[in-house]
Amino acid sequence: MTVFRALAAVPEAALVLALPPLLLGIIVKTKAWFAGRVGPPWLQPYYDLRKLLRKGAVYSRTTTWVFRAGPVVNLAALLTAATLTPIVSSSSLVGFAGDVILVAYLLALGRMFTVLSAMDTGSSFEGMGASREVTFGTMSEPALFLSLIVLAIATKSLQLSEMVGPQLYGAWHAAGPAILLVVGALLIVLLTETCRVPVDDPATHLELTMIHEVMVLDHSGPDFAFITYGAALKFLLLGSILLHVALPHPGWPLWVDAPLRLVELAVLAAVVGVIESSMARLRLNRVPLLLAGATVLAALAAVLILTGSTS
Amino acid sequence: MSAQTATDGVLVLVILLNLGMLAVSRLATGVRLFALQSLLLALLPLAEGASETGTPGVHAILIAGGTLGLKVVLIPSVLLRIIRTGEIHREVEPFLGFAASVFAGALLVIGSFALAARLPLPTPPLSKLIVPVALSTLLLGLLTLVSRLKAITQVLGFLVLENGVFIMGLLLLKQTPLLVELGILLDLFVGVFLMAIVVYHIRREFDHMDTHLLDALKES
Repeated sequence: MTVFRALAAVPEAALVLALPPLLLGIIVKTKAWFAGRVGPPWLQPYYDLRKLLRKGAVYSRTTTWVFRAGPVVNLAALLTAATLTPIVSSSSLVGFAGDVILVAYLLALGRMFTVLSAMDTGSSFEGMGASREVTFGTMSEPALFLSLIVLAIATKSLQLSEMVGPQLYGAWHAAGPAILLVVGALLIVLLTETCRVPVDDPATHLELTMIHEVMVLDHSGPDFAFITYGAALKFLLLGSILLHVALPHPGWPLWVDAPLRLVELAVLAAVVGVIESSMARLRLNRVPLLLAGATVLAALAAVLILTGSTS
Repeated sequence: MSAQTATDGVLVLVILLNLGMLAVSRLATGVRLFALQSLLLALLPLAEGASETGTPGVHAILIAGGTLGLKVVLIPSVLLRIIRTGEIHREVEPFLGFAASVFAGALLVIGSFALAARLPLPTPPLSKLIVPVALSTLLLGLLTLVSRLKAITQVLGFLVLENGVFIMGLLLLKQTPLLVELGILLDLFVGVFLMAIVVYHIRREFDHMDTHLLDALKES
C-alpha cells in the first residue's frame, strides 16, 4: 500500500502542477456560456502561459530587486503550500503537526511580496491596489483562521491533511451545522483571496476598480506568467481545502478518490463561474461587510463547536 | 435526518437570518428575511411534536398554522405595503454602521451562548441550541430596535424580539395551554397593527419617520 502510495505521488504532483490553468479555463468557459459566447478554447490559459514564458521581461528603472523577487517568491510560497495541502488525494506530499499555520503564512508571504513589488514600482495606481489587497487580506484572515480552528477542534488535529481528511467525515455527523458554517466562510475566503467577483473582478481593466490586476500591471513576460500561474495555483489550493471540508471522503481507495476530486474541482470552478456571471461586483465599501460576514460565520461555528451545543 | 438534526439546522439558520437582518440595507429585504425566519420557526413546533409521538399533535399544528398565517403572511405584507405606499425612503439608515452592528450582533450571540451554558433546565430540551438561540434572537431584536433610525425598523426589531420569545416558548410547548399562545399571537398582531397606524401618522404629520427627531418635539 505504502509503495503504491509513494509511486502514485509522482503522477499526482505532476497532475497538481498541470491542473491550475485548466480551472481558469473552466471558469472563463462558464462565463462565456452564460454570456452566450463560444469563449476561448479550454486550453487557452496554457497557450497564454507559453507565450508569456517565451517573451522577455521589461523592467522600469525605478524598480529594485524587490520587484523582480515578487513573482518568484509568490510562486515559490504557493508551491511550498501545495506540498502541504491535500489536493487530489486525501493526503498531502509532506505533513507535520502544526503545518496548517505554515500554509496560512505561506499564502500571506506570497501576498506580501506581491504587494511589495507593486509598491516598488512607485506607481500611485499600484500603491492603491496594494492598499486594497492588504485591507481585504487582513479582513479575510480572521475568517480563515477561525475556520481552521473549528476544523482543528472537530478533527482534534493540527495537520492540514488530517484536518480536512477522512476524520472530518465522522465530524460532519457530530457537528454538521458548525462545519456547514465553515464551508460558507471558506467559500467567501476563496472568492476574496483569489480575487473573484463579489470582491474583485479579474476581467476588469479600469485601474480605479481593480485590486489584484492593478498590482501586477508592470510585470511582463515570464514574471507575469509566474503571477498568472500563481493566481491559478492559489485557486486550486484554497478550492481543494474548501472541497475537502465540504465533501469529505471516508477513506476510499485512491483510484476512486482522485478522479472524484478532479470532477469536484471542475464543478467548483464552474460554480465560481456561475457566481461571477450572476452577481455584480460589490461596491468597494460593502466588501468589508461581506468579509465581516465570513468572520462572523466562522466565529459562530467556533462557538457552536466549543460549547458542543449540537450533538 | 432526524428531528433533532433538522431542529439544529433550523436554529442555526435562524441566527444567521438575525445577523443578515442587521446587515441588509434595504427595508423590504429586512422584512422578507423576517418572514423567512418566521417560516422556519413555524416548522419547529411540528418537529418538536413529531419527535415525541411520531406525528405532530393538534396543539403543535395550530401553533404552526397561527405563526404561518400571522408572521409569515399577514404582518410582512402589511409592512411591505407601508414601505411601498408610505413613500418611505427605502434604506435603513442605522445609528450604528452595518459592519459594526454585525460585529456587535456576533458578540451578543457569543454572549448568549456563554449565558445559556450556565442556565440549568429542569427537562432536557429537544435541542441544546434552543436556549442560546432564543436569547440571541431576543438580544439581536433589541439591538435592531435601538440601533436603527426609522420607526418601521423598530417594528421589525420588536417582531424579531417576539420570535425570540417564541423560540423560548418551544421549551414549554407541552405545558402551555393553546389559549395563551394564541393570545400572544393576537397581541402581537394588534401591536403591529397599531404601530403600522402610528408609523403612517408620524409620516403624514412630520414628513419623515426619524424617531430621534421626536425628542425635539417642543412647542416653541
